[in-house]
Amino acid sequence: MSKTNINENIVESLIGTTIEKKKSRIPARLDFLQSATGLFLAVFMIFHMLFVSSILISKDFMLSVTKAFELSFLFEGGSTIPVFIAISVVFAVFIFHAFLALRKFPINYRQFLRLKTHSNLMKHSDTNLWIVQITTGFALFFLGSIHLYTMLTNSGNIGPYASADRVYSDYMWMLYILLLIAVEFHGAIGLYRLSVKWGWFDSGDAKESRRRLKRVKMIMTVVMLLLGAMTLIAYMKIGYEHQANYGERYTLSSNIGDK
Amino acid sequence: MSKTEDASLEKQEQNIGKVEDVVKKSELVLEKEMSIDGSREITITSLKYNPSNPNSKPEFVDYKLRETPGMTLYIALTKIKATLDNDLSSDFVCRAGICGACGMLVNGRPQLACKTLTSDFESGKIELLPLPTFKLIKDLSVDTGTWMKNMSLRVNSWIVSKEKTDISKIEKPVEPKVADEVFELDRCIECGICVASCSTAIMREDFVGAVGLNRVARFQIDPHDTRTDEDFYEIIGDDDGIFGCMSLLACEDHCPKNLSLQSKIAYMRRKMVNV
Ligand code: HEM
Ligand code: SF4
Ligand code: FES
Repeated sequence: MSKTNINENIVESLIGTTIEKKKSRIPARLDFLQSATGLFLAVFMIFHMLFVSSILISKDFMLSVTKAFELSFLFEGGSTIPVFIAISVVFAVFIFHAFLALRKFPINYRQFLRLKTHSNLMKHSDTNLWIVQITTGFALFFLGSIHLYTMLTNSGNIGPYASADRVYSDYMWMLYILLLIAVEFHGAIGLYRLSVKWGWFDSGDAKESRRRLKRVKMIMTVVMLLLGAMTLIAYMKIGYEHQANYGERYTLSSNIGDK
Repeated sequence: MSKTEDASLEKQEQNIGKVEDVVKKSELVLEKEMSIDGSREITITSLKYNPSNPNSKPEFVDYKLRETPGMTLYIALTKIKATLDNDLSSDFVCRAGICGACGMLVNGRPQLACKTLTSDFESGKIELLPLPTFKLIKDLSVDTGTWMKNMSLRVNSWIVSKEKTDISKIEKPVEPKVADEVFELDRCIECGICVASCSTAIMREDFVGAVGLNRVARFQIDPHDTRTDEDFYEIIGDDDGIFGCMSLLACEDHCPKNLSLQSKIAYMRRKMVNV
């Protein structure tokens, strides 16, 4: 009798275990990656906020941040390729994170009904936070994709005027308001959940640590929303003033006499 | 009888007199508090439904009764059954938060009826529902027993040891700290409140629940148990086990025994993800 090589996946999908009659390690990897991609995106969002809010300091400063991403300190004029690559990486992680998150959504009428009724009855704060998280997560499928695709195809068009024109004259501000709210709630709750999920920052008194984490989460949402709103207003203002010259790019020289 | 004995006897009698006074006084206070006029009327609403009777339809029934001092939901329900509706079903055994039989949704929150004071509800309106996730027997009575038995079988909730026990020898000592930790987790009374609090369990029937994960942690910590993390992975290493948990922590917040479910689940997650 000869043995053919059997496909691992066929065995696991039929028998429920691997050929060695062990449970698959994949669910462990997926759980880890769900958190790792979430952490990556949340940390990215914090830095992203810091970079875009550079406009609050000055147009020149924002331009120099943009130029730094285009690696203009390495070669004359810089290049948009590094920006394109960076956005591609974030987009890929974003899509993978959303793919993993699908496992957690209520996916049929009965699950949806039970979750909704149960959480309404119970009024438990962390359960409600999770519902905020999947709701904002769902919104991010669309809001995030539109934004990321726009930036991917405009990776050379980032700058004080270019971005402000996009926000004001291209009507992106409507999307950005929703995106800002969704991301800040989702990201801050996500970081809080990561901490309690893996037991980070546990000082030994888990209940007290959790109270503290929740306060940090709250502060983070408020600070990021405020900073985001101020930044958005700043771009709106520049875009409004610049609408007649839509398409013109900001250069350091155009700064003379106009700050 | 000697003089000194006489004196001490007198003193004892005096003391008894004092105690009697105190008892009388507190009885008076109690009587006053118990007096119908001082107390308020509360309304308890309960789901009534008997799934085994084809003619039964789910309905909500209001019961109005006088609140008495220190009244728990256990007392209130007993009173309802004795005076208003002898057909209402709910479970109790110990009425002291030990047996885990009396879990129910109290104004939507899973808790033990015998540990819940009616005076905690300012509005005087209390709505009772059976615990979700468990099979409904009738009204407020659910079958947590079968669920817990299946959970125990599923996680092999007993010491598994490769070592032969030699009863002629003294048992290996266990670090007191470790023993304390194991005993702490053994305080679970299998009330099912953590499961009924869990939105994952509500949506996905096969989820092992905090009680199951806590049980695994209990044996993982216990040095008598020789199972390795690989062995435990075979039990809870999937989306119905540890990786199904979404860290909503209603289990932790509602457990009547205040078990540190969050820390233990995080602990098992760290172990299992590294297998
Ligand atoms: C299409 C967009 C997105 C969707 C659908 C989505 C969905 C979800 C869902 C449902 C969870 C809960 C997972 C769980 O309970 O285990 C989650 C977790 C998380 N998300 Fe997102 N998310 C998206 C984008 C983002 C973005 C842009 C960020 C960054 C701010 C982010 C950060 C996080 C973090 C930190 C977690 C916690 C990870 C964990 O619980 O293991 N997500 N996401
Ligand atoms: S862990 Fe707590 S809530 Fe869950 S069954 Fe045990 S005692 Fe009840
Ligand atoms: S009757 Fe035993 S716990 Fe309530």
